[in-house]
Amino acid sequence: MDRTTHSDSPRDEVMFTRFERLWHWTQAVIILALGLTGFEVFGSCRVVGYETAVGLHQVLAWTLLGLWVLALFWHLVTGEWRQYVPTLASMGAVLRYYTAGIFDPRIAHPYRPTRAAKHNPLQRLAYGGFLVVIMPALWISGLLYMAYNQWDAWGLGFLSLGTVALVHAAAAFALVLFFVGHVYMAFTGRPATAYLKAMITGRAAHHDDPAPPHPAA
Amino acid sequence: MIQGGAGRQPAAHAHEPGDWIMLTRRLALMLAVLAWSSTAAVAEEVAQAPSATTAPSAQATATTTADHSKFKELAGPFATGPEVTKACLQCHTEAAHQIQQTTHWTWAFRHPTTGQELGKRNVVNNFCVATATNWPRCTSCHVGYGWKDDTGFDFAAQQNVDCVVCHDTTGTYKKFPTGAGHPTYEPKEFPPGSGKVWQPPDLAKIAQTVGPTSRQTCGACHFYGGGGDAVKHGDLDSTMAMPSRALDVHMAPDGLNFQCSTCHTTGSHQVTGSRYVTKAVDRVGIDVPGHTDDTRATCESCHGMVPHEDAKVNDHTDVVACPTCHVPEFARGGKKTKMWWDWSTAGKLNDAGKPFTVGDGAGNHTYDSAKGDFVWEANVVPEYRWFDGEIRYTLLGDTIDPTGVVPINTLGGGPGDPDSRIWPFKIMRGRQPYDAGTNILAVPHLFGKDENAFWGAGRYDWNKAIAVGMQARDVTYSGSYGFVETEYAWPITHMVAPKDEALACESCHSENGRLATLGGFYMPGAGHHGWLGTVGWSFAGLTLLGILVHALLRVLGARRQR
Repeated sequence: MDRTTHSDSPRDEVMFTRFERLWHWTQAVIILALGLTGFEVFGSCRVVGYETAVGLHQVLAWTLLGLWVLALFWHLVTGEWRQYVPTLASMGAVLRYYTAGIFDPRIAHPYRPTRAAKHNPLQRLAYGGFLVVIMPALWISGLLYMAYNQWDAWGLGFLSLGTVALVHAAAAFALVLFFVGHVYMAFTGRPATAYLKAMITGRAAHHDDPAPPHPAA
Repeated sequence: MIQGGAGRQPAAHAHEPGDWIMLTRRLALMLAVLAWSSTAAVAEEVAQAPSATTAPSAQATATTTADHSKFKELAGPFATGPEVTKACLQCHTEAAHQIQQTTHWTWAFRHPTTGQELGKRNVVNNFCVATATNWPRCTSCHVGYGWKDDTGFDFAAQQNVDCVVCHDTTGTYKKFPTGAGHPTYEPKEFPPGSGKVWQPPDLAKIAQTVGPTSRQTCGACHFYGGGGDAVKHGDLDSTMAMPSRALDVHMAPDGLNFQCSTCHTTGSHQVTGSRYVTKAVDRVGIDVPGHTDDTRATCESCHGMVPHEDAKVNDHTDVVACPTCHVPEFARGGKKTKMWWDWSTAGKLNDAGKPFTVGDGAGNHTYDSAKGDFVWEANVVPEYRWFDGEIRYTLLGDTIDPTGVVPINTLGGGPGDPDSRIWPFKIMRGRQPYDAGTNILAVPHLFGKDENAFWGAGRYDWNKAIAVGMQARDVTYSGSYGFVETEYAWPITHMVAPKDEALACESCHSENGRLATLGGFYMPGAGHHGWLGTVGWSFAGLTLLGILVHALLRVLGARRQR
């Protein structure tokens, strides 16, 4: 049942550039810390104390925002933003793989990443959702939260702190779900640490561009 | 003027032979310049000393332009307080008239928005309940002489104004507790049988050394409200006369040395900052003479609208009043304040058939046959309420619900109201008599020797005391009484702690924090939106569970293939 062919066998080359890795891991650490401090502010846990948590959360938020400005610039000038454009092509095959094929070691991953399209459709959906839904919801609600006392001056007096906090916390929980799933998926390579290794070294098996249309079935 | 000024300086050289006229002129000029510059220097020093405008007695005599001991009008002797007042009024011609316009004099106050008739004359409280029929005892804190019954006092008589109760600087002038505002004019024992003898004050000396009001003079009444030291307010007691910096950061004599009038600024003897019209929100900010409301009785009057360095802390000023964080506890000076007064247990007699008291060992009675049971507390954490400054009172004649706790006063405001802030309060609780037939609060006749007085020959007979008390206020008494639990909210504003002892964020931003009982708004860190946490963490748990199953299937699949 080996579905890979020998005609386009993958080569081990740099798939994730140095900047991408730096962005990814810095973001991961900051988000983890934002999560810890944020859920303390929300009232879910007691770790560093409320006042310290608020202070750290704000500093971390501005740091991540700065990182995002860099990343946004990078994605725009390199055109790499296209990696996150969602597609349904071969989505069925990928879903079938993760719900069935993955349990059979003889069945290979149906998606063959290339440099120009390194994310499978499920990844595109998840990362796209992270980048354009969850994070913007956190940014907007979070910045509003911080600017609480300027609302009236900015004509936003109709807002209520409870609603803004609700949106912010709900988006944070969505991020928790993303985080849990993402971390698990990082260990679904073959061997299990293959994807993690790729995200650290940058090197991963990839196919030649352009990606040949995969027979999804 | 110049000669006079120079004359006080050493001028020995002027007497030496020579062209003495020229010399005198030159010297006079020199000395005048010297005198002027040294006076200017002194004036500058005085201006720089933070306490110069607010200092009590000692410094006050240094800054005043009149030495009252030099006035022949004040030479005395004075037999009575009113005689002193008459002497004062010979120069201060409008002073008594001014006083007579104030609540300090009338004990009556019509609330500008609720229209309620307030003031000590009208309100009912849960300490000694009411003033009517108890005048000579209550009016020992009236700024006058002789208000001893319901009808006989002449409010227009100028000599009835007591000048020295506020302007004494000797600390020796004391109104006698049962003297209807007079000091005692002969040695007299009080409390009766205590062996404590009150000596008549030296009125001439007091009159000759009058000065500005001070913590001591204001405190002579306001520290003792409710019948004793620290009883009533919680944030005002005798420890505030000479407070440590930790007790009151503004009033500590070794610090800023504020007097009461430093903030409760006055004009024409009207004192600003009355609780009856509490300014819960001050949008005027720093008080600039001529541009604003000419009162410093709010924190914002000096500290402005953005008082903190940290913007996040300033963010709180739209919902939190300053004292909420800056008066972390009241009754911090070492005196306990009364928190509970249960009149219903009054009247017990001991085995000998005599009234008795029970002490707490620290100088406070926990039971008094004349008054009932008390609970006293020190270092009290305030209770917090939304407050827009408007207080409505349950007045005599207002129908009450005796099945619940009757509010002596009701605070206006609530969450979401831009004119309200979260304020700290002392909530005085107790049980007091009410008319069980008509469901209104009762006002008893407590003080006096007569047969109806609860503390007199009436001998703890509530029926007699209430009947006479109500009659004096022209309110019908049904003849049956009961006891109802009441609570009375007192805004806490004094005993401002140094800033490093202000509340920390966690005091409120935590589960079961200080504002836990105050609903209606979202507060981070207090566990609000708890349902979202439940839903969110449940989803996270389910995701984790799914992952575990998925991983298990992967492991099993790999084994099967091997």
